[in-house]
Amino acid sequence: MTSQDILNLLLIGISQGCAYGLVALGFVLIYKATEIVNFSHGEFMMLGGFVSLPLIAFFGFWPGIICAVLAMAVTGFLLDSLVMRRIIGESQASVFILTVAFGFIFRSFAGMVWGWEAIPFPDFFTGSLNVGGLTMRTNRIAIIVATVVLCVLLYAFFSRTKVGIAMQAASQNQLAAYYMSIPVKTLVSVVWALGAAVAAVAGIFNAPFTQVDTHVGGLGLKALAGAIVGGFGSIPGALLGCILIGVMEPFSDLFFPTLKGVSAYALMLVVLFVRPEGLIAQTFAKKV
Amino acid sequence: MSDVVLEINNLETYYGPIMAIRGVSLKVNQGEIVAVLGANGAGKTTLLKTISGALNSSKGEILLAGRPVQNRDPDWVAAQGVAHVPEGREVFPFLTVYENLMLGAYRRRDAKGIAGDLQMVYEYFPALKERTSQMACYLSGGQQQMLAIGRACMSRPRLMLLDEPSLGLSPVLVKSIFQVIRRLNQEQGITVLLVEQNAVVALQTSQRAYVMEVGGVVMDGASAELAQSEDIREFYLGQKSAGVRGTRRWKKRKTWR
Ligand SMILES: Nc1ncnc2c1ncn2[C@@H]1O[C@H](COP(=O)(O)OP(=O)(O)OP(=O)(O)O)[C@@H](O)[C@H]1O
Ligand SMILES: [Mg+2]
Repeated sequence: MTSQDILNLLLIGISQGCAYGLVALGFVLIYKATEIVNFSHGEFMMLGGFVSLPLIAFFGFWPGIICAVLAMAVTGFLLDSLVMRRIIGESQASVFILTVAFGFIFRSFAGMVWGWEAIPFPDFFTGSLNVGGLTMRTNRIAIIVATVVLCVLLYAFFSRTKVGIAMQAASQNQLAAYYMSIPVKTLVSVVWALGAAVAAVAGIFNAPFTQVDTHVGGLGLKALAGAIVGGFGSIPGALLGCILIGVMEPFSDLFFPTLKGVSAYALMLVVLFVRPEGLIAQTFAKKV
Repeated sequence: MSDVVLEINNLETYYGPIMAIRGVSLKVNQGEIVAVLGANGAGKTTLLKTISGALNSSKGEILLAGRPVQNRDPDWVAAQGVAHVPEGREVFPFLTVYENLMLGAYRRRDAKGIAGDLQMVYEYFPALKERTSQMACYLSGGQQQMLAIGRACMSRPRLMLLDEPSLGLSPVLVKSIFQVIRRLNQEQGITVLLVEQNAVVALQTSQRAYVMEVGGVVMDGASAELAQSEDIREFYLGQKSAGVRGTRRWKKRKTWR
């Protein structure tokens, strides 16, 4: 194996990690705002891919993608304001079951509407880029760029805008946020919308590799593993964990082919045993 | 006749089957500081939480400037001008002092007025001004209390609910915090409903006071007069009068507990 190959695998790993990271981003956003782990998040991503197909056919490529992301944002908002809001205060088990059930519902819905066969996705960046002797498909680079751009945007939103800071406040102390006349319920729904929109972006940018398929929701589990490895309560941690898993996978597939497909979960188990709070824990334990 | 900011009639609040507020009625006039005294578990915090909408009442009414506000969401009640400074400060720990203060003005749109009020808060609490970009979790307990009060001021409230601002503070700090509360009342015209266990300082600060026992009001009146009352002196100010009227005191105590 040449150093060229290693670099190539590394780049593929990073881009795959970013793909997981995009999904994990949505998980962590919703978790931080509501302490709910949304197990249907992978299906959000899948739906984003499916929804974009007719929209792209109708509006053209970029407008179609933007419409698909907006449509998923509306879906996320409605899911929270019509359903999730009602089970606040119920046991963790019922919340878990509900989000898993939504995953099934979304998958069946997509299957019934668009069929159970994988549909190829139009390549949006054809060709490849040559950087310092390394060739890489532009699609791969697009995922990395999308991840970086989204992270910067989200960071700016949460740390600079009034609404973003209010969201942070609501996640740190919900009752006190209410006392500040912050419309907490609406903001939580907006966080669900953001999470779903980010998931849609992930689904669309992944589609050239995974195709549009009812099974891509499984990627959500990988992202979950990545988020757990990195530390569930922190966005940088979750991203790091996902990139770690993404980079590890092509190498472990190469050297330990028997572990193909499960190496991410193996790493997650190891981290859970050694450092249950994740590599980058939330800086402070959350007040109960 | 002075304007009534808050009027509560026959309020009842339950925690599940437990009745925590048993038919409380009280009134707060514009520009007043009104104190509510009571021992642990008397229902003072529950009363304030019911006013601000964090808890629902099952009976009675809460009128804010004549309009009913009971059983609404707390963000709505806050937007009507009720600023709740909760027991134990409850600042946003991982936001800066500045961000905490600005969140107090969340519903306001007048940038100039907000900037002016920020300067006002910094004048009353210079300790906060020195720490504008520090995270709230790194403040001392007293500074957090100042932040919680300052944050409430930023909404220009019609009524400020203060839940045990003296909790866990040194006597010196208690004195200075209550001095600021008095100044905010006199200079900024902020109306205050103050809940306290520290009866001495609460009676010195307020014009009128109510005394709560097991969820109900058992006594009310002008603070200066209450401070002279036998029962208050004995149970809250810790000044036992000589035991000549032993039997009578026993009788009284039965009505108290
Ligand atoms: N979440 C709750 N669930 C059930 N009962 C509660 C709850 N919170 C308070 N209580 C009960 O309601 C009563 C009034 O409590 P509350 O907190 O209002 O008292 P308080 O006067 O504020 O006391 P303190 O001075 O200690 O703060 C107490 O008997 C308490 O045990
Ligand atoms: Mg209390």
